[in-house]
Amino acid sequence: MSQETTAAAELRAIINKWKDVEGSLVMMLHSVQDKLGYVPRETAMVISKETGIPLAKIYEVLTFYHFFKLNPPAKCQIAVCTGTACYLKGAPELLKEIEKCTGVKEGESSPDGKYSVAGLRCIGCCGLSPVISINGKIHGQVKPSQIKAILAEAEKAEVSHE
Amino acid sequence: MIKLKINGKPVEVKEGTTILEAAKQAKVKIPTLCKHEDLEASGGCGLCIVKVKGMPKMPRACTTEVTEGMEITTHDAELVSIRRTVLELIMSNHPKDCLVCARNQDCELQRLCAEFGIREDAFPSIVNRQPHKKDDSTGTITIDTSKCVLCGRCVQVCQKVQNVWALAFLKRGIKTELSPAGEINLQESPCVKCGQCSAHCPVGAIVEHDDTQKVWNALMDEKKYCVVQIAPAVRVAIGEAFGFPLGANLTGKLNAALYELGFKAVFDTNTSADVTIMEEASEFKHRLTNGGTLPLITSCCPAWVDYMEKYHGDIIDNFSSAKSPQEMMGALSKTYYAQKHNIDPKDIFMVSIMPCTAKKYEITRSDDMFSSGYQDIDVSITTRELARMLKQSGVNFKEIEERKGDDILADYSGAGTIFGATGGVMEAALRTAHYLITGKEAASLDFKEVRGLKGIKEAEIDVAGTKVKVAIAHGLANVGEVLSKIKKAKAEGKEPPYHFIEVMACEGGCVAGGGQPYGVTNELRKLRAKGLYDEDASMKVRCSHDNPAVQKIYKEFLGEPLSEKAHKLLHNHYKARASYKK
Repeated sequence: MSQETTAAAELRAIINKWKDVEGSLVMMLHSVQDKLGYVPRETAMVISKETGIPLAKIYEVLTFYHFFKLNPPAKCQIAVCTGTACYLKGAPELLKEIEKCTGVKEGESSPDGKYSVAGLRCIGCCGLSPVISINGKIHGQVKPSQIKAILAEAEKAEVSHE
Repeated sequence: MIKLKINGKPVEVKEGTTILEAAKQAKVKIPTLCKHEDLEASGGCGLCIVKVKGMPKMPRACTTEVTEGMEITTHDAELVSIRRTVLELIMSNHPKDCLVCARNQDCELQRLCAEFGIREDAFPSIVNRQPHKKDDSTGTITIDTSKCVLCGRCVQVCQKVQNVWALAFLKRGIKTELSPAGEINLQESPCVKCGQCSAHCPVGAIVEHDDTQKVWNALMDEKKYCVVQIAPAVRVAIGEAFGFPLGANLTGKLNAALYELGFKAVFDTNTSADVTIMEEASEFKHRLTNGGTLPLITSCCPAWVDYMEKYHGDIIDNFSSAKSPQEMMGALSKTYYAQKHNIDPKDIFMVSIMPCTAKKYEITRSDDMFSSGYQDIDVSITTRELARMLKQSGVNFKEIEERKGDDILADYSGAGTIFGATGGVMEAALRTAHYLITGKEAASLDFKEVRGLKGIKEAEIDVAGTKVKVAIAHGLANVGEVLSKIKKAKAEGKEPPYHFIEVMACEGGCVAGGGQPYGVTNELRKLRAKGLYDEDASMKVRCSHDNPAVQKIYKEFLGEPLSEKAHKLLHNHYKARASYKK
């Protein structure tokens, strides 16, 4: 209960900071995204109510920028570099293998919130290509046969985290 | 003034005029798909490109202002070929199932493709758009995003003209999709069902929910006693589907055609509009003379009622409790008419023909819409649906001989007729309110200051020394300004700035409702309204209280305006609602 109250207070602080500054909807949404990793619908509705900005407008902004997420981040966030070097060195095969192991396609998340798979363009480690990152941890020169083990390791780390 | 040349001919136009507008003034038609006269240009479709001497690129006529000495070419072989390519590109991402589309033969894209002689799929569909959604959740309008050409008219009309914000463009680029905010359907959004999106859509992406089969089925059912009512604005627009002059008033032909279709009785919503005025003007008199809540705000428009319930629940007390004319006729048909003709009301099937998509929503809006003990209106169809039914029926609408409607429930006054135009309800109410308050007719029955297409109209009417201040707003975005004045005065404890306010959701009022024939412009709004005002001016009985039929209905059945019976059948309640259900 007290946690909820804190969250509401934090949201109020974000809204109060920006609501009188014109054109600052995106700043509010940034703050929420930074704090929660996504922008929950209830939060967008509170922002709409407090600022008078129609919810449709908020959703236009939220869906325009890839930065904003509408769903909570997955426990296991898999990113596969599909930049030129990684692509040529086998990123498509890695994506295929990841889909085989997790059932999740590029750009999607599993309904239980366990995995999300994203393609991204070059994370600056072309020397290690093909590269994937799981919850921020980089794995270089990955072969499709290694995917299963890497995922298992990441899941273990996630469990010990909890 | 700016001097320029269009296709070699000298033209003079006002500063700030776009090339598109200048060409129109010079009687040159540049094709457009996204630009609509009611709306700001977005430059989306690219069909209106022209050549300007000295300009390396071809600018879009809709978004480029003319400058002094400009030399413009609007049509040549190259421009035609480019426009054809633009159409082919749009077509590459558009379904080709025109034969089963609601806009077949009345579609702007189809017409352009016909004009440009598109004969093949020049470009295969290689862009995989997002999965298409079909949304029929409101039962009033149907959205099929697979047909959307992303012109943006519906979004602009919903957000800017109506200030409803039910529709938006989500995502971007090739993933752009027309949708309410988030993973919800239209019924869960703030949509007020006004249907202006459908009236402005150039293609079949947003159309009215078709209820014509329900009407055919009822007409086939021998156990049903089918009756019908025609709204004021329908009679001056239906002719557009049959090649009549714009604004022609076709009440007599409609009566005849509806009898032909098999309706046992044809009623006129104009008549129940007169009853509405009796109730509403009495309510106004009561509030004005007894210190009731003012201003009184009209409630005939169901899109406005829905908007008020969702966005302005704090002014419910200001709302007239009188039902809309559609609903009043429904209630009267299944009570008064049923008793008079000894028909079991459960057998009566009441169809209403409305210029409006929101009327489909109104018929089940609340328990009050079942005041006869049955659903007061069984089906509500739009003018567009009626036009289709008449064409299916084989009735020769053009040649059919005029007929009179029902003896009582189709006898109306001029006041009932003008209900279909912005300011009409106010004018009708003022005529009767003046009489009710002073016991005398107003010196002139023409309250011209409340007529016309200005977004917000204000007037002061002298009623026996009392200055009655009225305001009329149409186009829901215009309501905000009027309401904020009232709310400000209320907060400051001051006298309300108005006594009486009329609101119609659609610009121009019902004549340009969301269910009317396509292609509305201000010119057409004026012509349709003229068809109503001309009839009013030509009538002997121009006030609701002078209508002998109305007097008879009260004498035989309702008693007095605001009587207990009138309250049960002709009035209703409102409640504040959440704008989003999810």
